[in-house]
Amino acid sequence: MAGRLSWSAISVARRSFGLQLRGSQAQLINSRTLSSALGEEQPNFPGSRSKWTEKLEFVQPDLYDGIPVYRVMNRKGEVIDPAYDPKLEKDTLVKMYKRMTMLNTMDRIMYESQRQGRISFYMTNYGEEGTHIGSAAALDDNDLVYGQYREAGVLMWRGFPLDRFMNQCYGNEGDMGKGRQMPVHYGSTEHKFVTISSPLATQMPQAVGTAYAFKRAQNGLCVICYFGEGTSSEGDAHAAFNFSATLDCPIIFFCRNNGYAISTPTSEQYRGDGVAARGPAYGMATIRVDGNDVFAVYNATKAARHLAVTENRPVLIEAMTYRPTLPSHPTPPHTPGEDRALHPL
Amino acid sequence: MKSLLKLHSLKSFLRPSLPSAIAHGLPGRQSSHFTYVPDTVAEAEGETVRQNLFQSINSALDFALATDDSAVIFGEDVGFGGVFRCTVGLQDKYGKDRVFNTPLCEQGIAGFAIGVAVGGATSIAEMQFADYIFPAFDQIVNEAAKYRYRSGNLFDCGKLTIRAPCGAVGHGALYHSQSPEAYFAHTPGLKIVVPRGPIKAKGLLLSCIRDDNPCIFLEPKVLYRSAVEMVPTKEYTLPLSSADIVDEGDDITLLGWGTQVHVLREVAQIARQQLNVSCEVIDLVTILPWDRQTVFNSVKKTGRLIIAHEAPITNGFGAEIAAAVQNECFLHLEAPIERVCGFDTPFPHVFEPFYLPDKWRCFSAIKKLLNY
Ligand SMILES: Cc1ncc(C[n+]2csc(CCOP(=O)(O)OP(=O)(O)O)c2C)c(N)n1
Ligand SMILES: [Mg+2]
Repeated sequence: MAGRLSWSAISVARRSFGLQLRGSQAQLINSRTLSSALGEEQPNFPGSRSKWTEKLEFVQPDLYDGIPVYRVMNRKGEVIDPAYDPKLEKDTLVKMYKRMTMLNTMDRIMYESQRQGRISFYMTNYGEEGTHIGSAAALDDNDLVYGQYREAGVLMWRGFPLDRFMNQCYGNEGDMGKGRQMPVHYGSTEHKFVTISSPLATQMPQAVGTAYAFKRAQNGLCVICYFGEGTSSEGDAHAAFNFSATLDCPIIFFCRNNGYAISTPTSEQYRGDGVAARGPAYGMATIRVDGNDVFAVYNATKAARHLAVTENRPVLIEAMTYRPTLPSHPTPPHTPGEDRALHPL
Repeated sequence: MKSLLKLHSLKSFLRPSLPSAIAHGLPGRQSSHFTYVPDTVAEAEGETVRQNLFQSINSALDFALATDDSAVIFGEDVGFGGVFRCTVGLQDKYGKDRVFNTPLCEQGIAGFAIGVAVGGATSIAEMQFADYIFPAFDQIVNEAAKYRYRSGNLFDCGKLTIRAPCGAVGHGALYHSQSPEAYFAHTPGLKIVVPRGPIKAKGLLLSCIRDDNPCIFLEPKVLYRSAVEMVPTKEYTLPLSSADIVDEGDDITLLGWGTQVHVLREVAQIARQQLNVSCEVIDLVTILPWDRQTVFNSVKKTGRLIIAHEAPITNGFGAEIAAAVQNECFLHLEAPIERVCGFDTPFPHVFEPFYLPDKWRCFSAIKKLLNY
């Protein structure tokens, strides 16, 4: 059945226009049908590599213990293995700390603004400060960022000023986006940050396309694409992973796994070992990292960038975080209208 | 019900004229619901070469790659030339990094294509069939069309062109025959172009590729081999949003695009011979943004308009044209605007000849308008 379908397009073309397959194509088909006969010692099917087995056994999802979570610090903030201390300059460390704090403070003010009806919508970054700042600090500031909507810290790291955050959220005359989009849909050519789009996951295959263009331009840059674990269920996410691997694109997929998509927990989002488990299936180098450990995120992103840029390969990072509800911000009342204000995207 | 009855009587009317292959449902039959009328160019256009539609498209793509190092072409089976041969030889000439296969995933092709354009390169994507463009609908409608708008012109994907084979082919049935122009025409921010033959296709495709907006270029697949013209060998572009008056006339305006233009030209001939009626045939060429002035001027002159397209009548692009023309030309109209289109059913397989707005259906529409 599969074979019939896959050839239907060509056969339609061939039937109507007398399309002849060239010799090399014909050979390809022959070797395909022959492949099972070949390789008595090792199967030789195109598109897979493995060995023969006579045991009727299904591969179960619990085949292995799960992808480990890379960390640098313990819960007290002490570096566990000094070999993995990124040994950042004091100035850099202070800057990282200040930006994480500023992000948190901006969120507080903007969240309140939204609750007070001053702006129509807001999306906090609480609990993900380490993923934003740790990853952004490890990139070249000219690497292009495709975000989802919860990556304000990346922009902040690159120096997007508070004024411009405000201009966008308030849709005022200073908004570079001309007041056309809802709050948090930031964009800046100066900071190499592609304007946020509401439809989830659409940025993912686009990021791959740009990475391909970068590779051809040989500009030494990569593309980083942020997305949530909920968004990883979209068809575009699959398309992006598969295209990036088959087309050898210098891209970092950065999954922010905060456990929820609005109200939907990961247990209702997927059944595998998170998003990282999919990486090897697509042929991607993959790492899972403690998203609350800013050094671990930094190290992972730095290494990923090196792989992407020097080997023209996609790399998948899954950063595990939480989306905390702060004591000062009690769970919002669940009237439909208010829910919409929180998550109208 | 009414249209079914009409269809039934048409069927018996048509049978004698059907080629035996179609009538008997034989494999390998050729569609022949139209007689191709080749375009010609003035001698001043320089050297020409005999080319069919896929060859002239190939020539346009060749120029696009040759003149712009950033240009890349990709899609399903594009590397070996594409199932319709439009990219044949280009990978050998320009290399695998510029002409390449993608995985089998239309939403991925569209999303990737947008990203290539955002990254500053010229992006030419192929959908294997327009029927399979729908998984990419979101990327085209929500992303490509709105990129410049939503970023306040910080980012855009104007260097994007999506090519897709469309339309009836004689035996394509419901999934190899559709004409989806109207779905996309509902989306500000896109340009949609349909060529009627090789000469137009070459110039229009190059214009789309170089236009600063995302373009959808729909290629009537039945013309790939059957449409042959003497095509200028040089590099040239043709204006978008500019309709062509292919036959001048005074009594009635016949408007179509793509393959349908050839149906209408034959209808115009029949009308002249049998009714002594002079038809003005217009090829709309660009569906979005369409050339309103040329159409309005013609209708103001003739007072009658027939719009014909293969896509189903309801919400087809003909509906938009009819609405605009009645608004603009109301007092010039001698009869209601008539649409001769595909029926509101999936595109049929063996009954394709009865589904299409063929010359006889168009001809009877002429008689209806003249007797109004
Ligand atoms: C295509 C699409 N479907 C639904 C939505 C509505 N929506 C906005 S945010 C969201 C949840 C996303 O969750 P996740 O990807 O985990 O990101 P997080 O908010 O946790 O950072 C949904 C369903 C949308 N914006 N786009
Ligand atoms: Mg989430």
